[in-house]
Amino acid sequence: MSDLFGNEPFWVIALKAVLIFVVLLVYTLFNIWFERRVVAKMQHRIGPNVHGPFGLLQSLADGVKLALKEDIVVKAADKVVYILAPILATIPAFLAWAVIPFGPEVTIPFTDTKTVLQLTDLPVAVLYVLAVTSIGVYGIVLAGWASGSIYALLGGLRSSAQVISYEVAMGLSFVSVFMYAGSMSTSEIVEAQSDLWYFVPLFPSFVIYCIAMVGETNRAPFDLPEAEGELVGGFHTEYSSLKFALFFLAEYVNMVTVSALATTLFLGGWRAPFGIGQINDGYFNTGYWPLIWFFGKTLFFIFLFVWLRGTLPRMRYDQFMNFGWKILIPVSLVWIIAVAFIRKLKSEDMLDQQTLTYVAIAAGVLVAITFFIPEKKTPDSGDDAEPEEWDAFAGGYPVPPMPGQQTTETLPDARPERTAP
Amino acid sequence: MTTFWLLAPIMVIAALGLLFARKAVHAALALAVVMISLAILYAAQGAPFLFAVQIIVYTGAIMMLFLFVLMLVGVESSEAVRETISGQRLFATVIGLVFGITLVLAVGQTVTGVVVGLGAANENGNPYGLAELLFGKYVLAFEFTSALLITAALGAMVLAHKERLTPRHTQADLAARRMREYAETGRHPGPAPTPGVFARHNAVDTPALLPDGTPLEESISPSIVERGQVRSGFDDDIDTVVDQLATDEQRDSDGFGGEK
Repeated sequence: MSDLFGNEPFWVIALKAVLIFVVLLVYTLFNIWFERRVVAKMQHRIGPNVHGPFGLLQSLADGVKLALKEDIVVKAADKVVYILAPILATIPAFLAWAVIPFGPEVTIPFTDTKTVLQLTDLPVAVLYVLAVTSIGVYGIVLAGWASGSIYALLGGLRSSAQVISYEVAMGLSFVSVFMYAGSMSTSEIVEAQSDLWYFVPLFPSFVIYCIAMVGETNRAPFDLPEAEGELVGGFHTEYSSLKFALFFLAEYVNMVTVSALATTLFLGGWRAPFGIGQINDGYFNTGYWPLIWFFGKTLFFIFLFVWLRGTLPRMRYDQFMNFGWKILIPVSLVWIIAVAFIRKLKSEDMLDQQTLTYVAIAAGVLVAITFFIPEKKTPDSGDDAEPEEWDAFAGGYPVPPMPGQQTTETLPDARPERTAP
Repeated sequence: MTTFWLLAPIMVIAALGLLFARKAVHAALALAVVMISLAILYAAQGAPFLFAVQIIVYTGAIMMLFLFVLMLVGVESSEAVRETISGQRLFATVIGLVFGITLVLAVGQTVTGVVVGLGAANENGNPYGLAELLFGKYVLAFEFTSALLITAALGAMVLAHKERLTPRHTQADLAARRMREYAETGRHPGPAPTPGVFARHNAVDTPALLPDGTPLEESISPSIVERGQVRSGFDDDIDTVVDQLATDEQRDSDGFGGEK
């Protein structure tokens, strides 16, 4: 970690904080436009193209209109919590950016002051991001509860269950990065990737993180807290005007946050891509150039989000939870143990790079083959095996059925009979 | 020290809020405020790792599960003020006071004076210092605690486990059943039409119309039928519309029709 962190004059810190805030707001406006244009392209439409160059000012106009709409506080709402919720959702989204590295040490133009393009750094910076995002969930959950509406409540409940589940997988995918970098500070993790970006040696972690980040930000195909087919608008059903705008803002900032974190942890942070980074002895890794690579890489992840939204249908809730707990978490645990073993064997000189590469390629091919094996239909054991008859009064006393014994319960009515009045 | 004097009043107010809040969710929120303030105090004391873990584990996960349960209790429910165990309040006050006095005396005697050795403990960075203690000196205690936690988690799972006695009905079963019913009784396999396709009332209490114009009572939710809130009036709707049109025409011919 640079010595500058925590020892800078106040005006430098204030300048950087304000700049981060402005950049995030502008990036959000840009992302809304970007998403609409890309989704439009995928659906053979044009998208917003009227206001401003390429329609870039469309989201600004929409934002102003949204903020000027009538602000409604619903009658059944718990007023204090209802107003607190959007604020609680938005502030942590911005807080996380305090530790994201935008670039290396630079000189501020027109002065001699040196500073790092990062507000500050902590020895536990990545954990800090996890911590503030977990506070952001409170906003969503409380919004669901305080609205006094069943749809909103269900959306809030779904969201809390979803974020807690996927946060586990997300945290586990970080562990292998910590093991490789030997640090939890973001600037040191970027520093450690000067030779090799971590998505290559830690590819499984990268994939797990990419899946978990979509679940964490409530985006399609994991946007169950606001599934409009089931819950109208989910947790923000009862919100309007500026309060709704805050939720909207928080969602987009969170999207950029997880993208920036993925960039920092797996794609070398602000470092120039292979080829460009080697030009002129690493000239493009100095000064303000890295801002281009950083924002380019985050934009790549934003594109991924939009691509997913344009391609995949929403998952069913139970399948989604099963996927998180029964696949993602066990796979991450096994992978962490594998990484620990590989690190130890390499440091003891019992495993050379070449063998490791061969093993990795073989494992990759094996996994690829499994995609071509058709899924086997599980035999319906319930119908085939003749269920044992259950004697409710075996031995003269009322007894519950044992496993395997069949009660005479019929199928529940899928659609209740509707009777005329 | 400034951090402490700033946060201490907030924490005390939040703790009192936890005790006196009527709604369970408000109490939970007050507790979350106490926990987050505690985390900030840890950070100010040079323990950043504890700061992050306090928020992730306590505020992020445990408190959230608390809220999860409380929210299911319902928005209107507030705590009953009646004592369920006689004399409970008195005992609680006495024991609480005794505990508080003990705490103040014990803590007051140990934590006065300047703290020494923080720099040496955090020499290689706070996480390293903690890791060295946890996985070095106290590794046995650490592992025993984790074994205890895993046992508790397993126990909770065993207690909450329920054996499935009847086979699970999949979507395929239900679909097959619907088709069988259609073959046997002629009951329509698809969903009922949505209510409210009148031009004047697109509301859930208005039945949908069949092609021949008769209202389909089945399209209304049974709970609305049960409450007797079904809007019957398609016939008087026609009269209303005719009246309305007549008035509009009258007004237009009088020269008030602005928009046409």
